[in-house]
Amino acid sequence: MPTRSRIFSGKRTIIRPCDPTAGDAGPAFNKETDALDKLVCEAEVEIKNADGLHMRPAMQFVDVANRFDCDVTVSNGQTTVDGKSIMQMSMLAATVGTKLKIRAEGQDAPELIEALRHLVEGRMFDEPPPEDNP
Amino acid sequence: MKFADFMCFEAIIPELKATDRDGAIAELVRALQAAGKISKGNCKKIIEAVIARENEASTGMGKGVAIPHVKHKAVADVVATVGQSSVGIDFAALDKQPVYSVILLISPADHPDKHLEAMEKVFRHLQQDRFRKFLSQCQNAHQIEDLLREADDNPSL
Repeated sequence: MPTRSRIFSGKRTIIRPCDPTAGDAGPAFNKETDALDKLVCEAEVEIKNADGLHMRPAMQFVDVANRFDCDVTVSNGQTTVDGKSIMQMSMLAATVGTKLKIRAEGQDAPELIEALRHLVEGRMFDEPPPEDNP
Repeated sequence: MKFADFMCFEAIIPELKATDRDGAIAELVRALQAAGKISKGNCKKIIEAVIARENEASTGMGKGVAIPHVKHKAVADVVATVGQSSVGIDFAALDKQPVYSVILLISPADHPDKHLEAMEKVFRHLQQDRFRKFLSQCQNAHQIEDLLREADDNPSL
């Protein structure tokens, strides 16, 4: 099946397993089995709150992730876990400064990535950052 | 981090007397006190702190396990223990099912990284079906200790 990959602003990779020029391909792209729905987004986020990804932030993360239909995995480089499972997310042991790679697959993947980035980096799980060392 | 680094094997309770959440938490904290891990003066405060944390959001993660925990200045290092209940305890778990294994974890107030490492260790094994099954089959504290030590040698357990 034709695949097209794009990189936007170096932050987000969107892979659309479809090719608009393949319109003549006929039945391969009918609505029901439409590969247009397949959308993959990846983003790297950094843990910024002092206490890291302990259970409460992990629950917030899972809560946000579960509002979306797409599948999501999160990796700390060593372990890759299901971003919708609180048990698995608690396994990441992500301390402040840890960079996590979020990979979402599904139609609402871009929205999920933005929502999770906002939670992790924007709101910092509603927790304080580390105190500045003098 | 290994279980042996933070688990207080002397405080393991193979069959909790308590059948409710707060009672189970108190029983485990008192077991840590009896094992000399926390002082008698701090015991009540820690019990209250763990229960307060539990009231904010249940640590019953589903699959019959709960991990009540708190960060408290009364401890300098992470200390934990395990209590088993054959009847099952209502922890208001995410999956609404009773809890059969309770892992109590007290972490120092100013070492968030240690807390995360201990949690990682606990969850790494608890999410394995096999580990939970073995844990539920343990008949006494010694068998639970053996299982935890075996898990230290075998990360995939």
